[in-house]
Amino acid sequence: MEIMKEKWSTPVSTVTIGATKEDGGTRTSKIVVGGETTLPFLTFEGEIPHAPAIAFEVLDMVPEEYPEALKDYYGDVMHDPGLWAKKCVEQYGAKLIALKLLSAHPDQKDSGAEEAKKAVRAVLNAVSVPLIILGPGVHNKDNEVLDAASQEASGEKCLIGNATQENYKTIVASAMAGGHSVTGESPIDINIAKQVNILISEMGMPLDRMVIYPTTGALGYGLEYAYSIMERARLAALMGDKTLAMPMICFINAETWRVKESKADNPIWGDLKKRGPVWEAATAVAFLQAGADILVMSHPEAVAVVNKTIDELMGKKLAGARS
Amino acid sequence: MLIIGERLNGMFKSVAKAIKEKDSKVIHDLAVKQVEGGAHMLDVNVGPASADAVAAMEWLVKTIQEAVDVPLSIDSTKPEVFEAGLKLCKAKPLINSTTAEKEKLDILMPMAAKYDASIIGLTMDKKGIPSTGEGRTELALNIIAAAMENGISTDRVYIDPLILPVNVAQDQCSKVLETIRECKILSDPPPHLLLGLSNVSQKTLNRELINRTYLVMAIAMGLDAAICDSLDKELVDSVITAELLLNKDIYCDSYLDAYRKKAVAVR
Repeated sequence: MEIMKEKWSTPVSTVTIGATKEDGGTRTSKIVVGGETTLPFLTFEGEIPHAPAIAFEVLDMVPEEYPEALKDYYGDVMHDPGLWAKKCVEQYGAKLIALKLLSAHPDQKDSGAEEAKKAVRAVLNAVSVPLIILGPGVHNKDNEVLDAASQEASGEKCLIGNATQENYKTIVASAMAGGHSVTGESPIDINIAKQVNILISEMGMPLDRMVIYPTTGALGYGLEYAYSIMERARLAALMGDKTLAMPMICFINAETWRVKESKADNPIWGDLKKRGPVWEAATAVAFLQAGADILVMSHPEAVAVVNKTIDELMGKKLAGARS
Repeated sequence: MLIIGERLNGMFKSVAKAIKEKDSKVIHDLAVKQVEGGAHMLDVNVGPASADAVAAMEWLVKTIQEAVDVPLSIDSTKPEVFEAGLKLCKAKPLINSTTAEKEKLDILMPMAAKYDASIIGLTMDKKGIPSTGEGRTELALNIIAAAMENGISTDRVYIDPLILPVNVAQDQCSKVLETIRECKILSDPPPHLLLGLSNVSQKTLNRELINRTYLVMAIAMGLDAAICDSLDKELVDSVITAELLLNKDIYCDSYLDAYRKKAVAVR
């Protein structure tokens, strides 16, 4: 039987996170994502030059509520983002760290630029892998701490996020000044995803320094709708829409660890400490199939399972670094 | 939708003058402005007044390619003028045009094959333009058959069903729309369908309105190329919007800018 092959016109853009000494940074490795010329894992049809990457999330504070299943792994290092990142890299094999500046949230510590710089510096000093830096998701605080973080990590080619349709100018300007890339966030809405990308690129940010954050839902919580949006964006990209042809990032952990299936102690549902990572891994694998290039995750066992799945899906064509 | 800029034509007095005086600047400006306006390709016609049409075509093609790198549509009726333009084209050109007459097809189809050019086929022959949609479609089929005989893929053929001015032959406007739809199923891959748009509004009062209204109607029927005025912003905006409404492009608030940006990126 002949296999039907689709020939697409446009590749997904390639984004590099991390700058080594030769690039003017201090990282010892880089993460490259994107560059696909076909839909996820259809290696018989086109090129998948870089495997999806997994980033371990590190917070800059000990949150009041943190899943017990995760505390087993990070409880001893959560007081120090540097130690937390170090543990992810040294014990769990992380090749990419996503530092979330949660403490700047007004409902948390409402911390500012100085604390943000300190946290970024701590992680940069503790580990030599590339960094994603995320604000608390509140506009004025995002602007304040992401600007500070961009300066502190200047030249390290981090991925900074998230810029939104309502709040992108300061974040994009800071990221550009620091030589970083930026994520553009949209609320599970392909039209707004495209609009955000246009707004960001109109500020002069090159298309190969932008990543789409389409927002998602966890397994059982709207995953299939997010999936369909990502798939449509990727199809449009491959058919030639440059304003949607960026790699995509999914915050798997943020979705997984707030649903009851990963948190509620219900004996009928089986062992809680296994259920959480299973939920996280299942959600992650679904989004890999939707076209995710970067997954932000938390549970080391879930990451291990997803890495194994990525290896299998990539087959022998495996290339590029990942956690 | 392929937009072919119509302004580099010796029928326009300013262009005729520029050709005569070898005024490169006028030609450069007009080429750049048309591309900036949304043209993906530029039509090149030395016009009837040129004393030496071959030399004029050579100069015009060279001069345009100094300013822009979009492909060119070489517009003539004379084989030697086609040759003069085609041999200088850097990007794969378009021959504008052949009719369905055997004598023309026998010369121009091999020429298209030789220069790896696409070709426009007008649905007319010695007897003129058929007054019915069926008659036009029949001639389109002859053109497509001639392309295939010369080893030219059918998707390199642009069928022009020849729109007539609305104030001369009003009933023809709907017949051309029918032809567009019918021609799309003549071959696999289907031919492209093209209009020399401005003809529909010759000597009418509301030229721009008629042009863009008809163009949108034709796009809905399957038209995918037009020789038109890409300096007419509302016309180009209408094209972009028509394609959006046909779900060929994903909506966003800045879809007009995005389309133009994409077009530039593709170039």
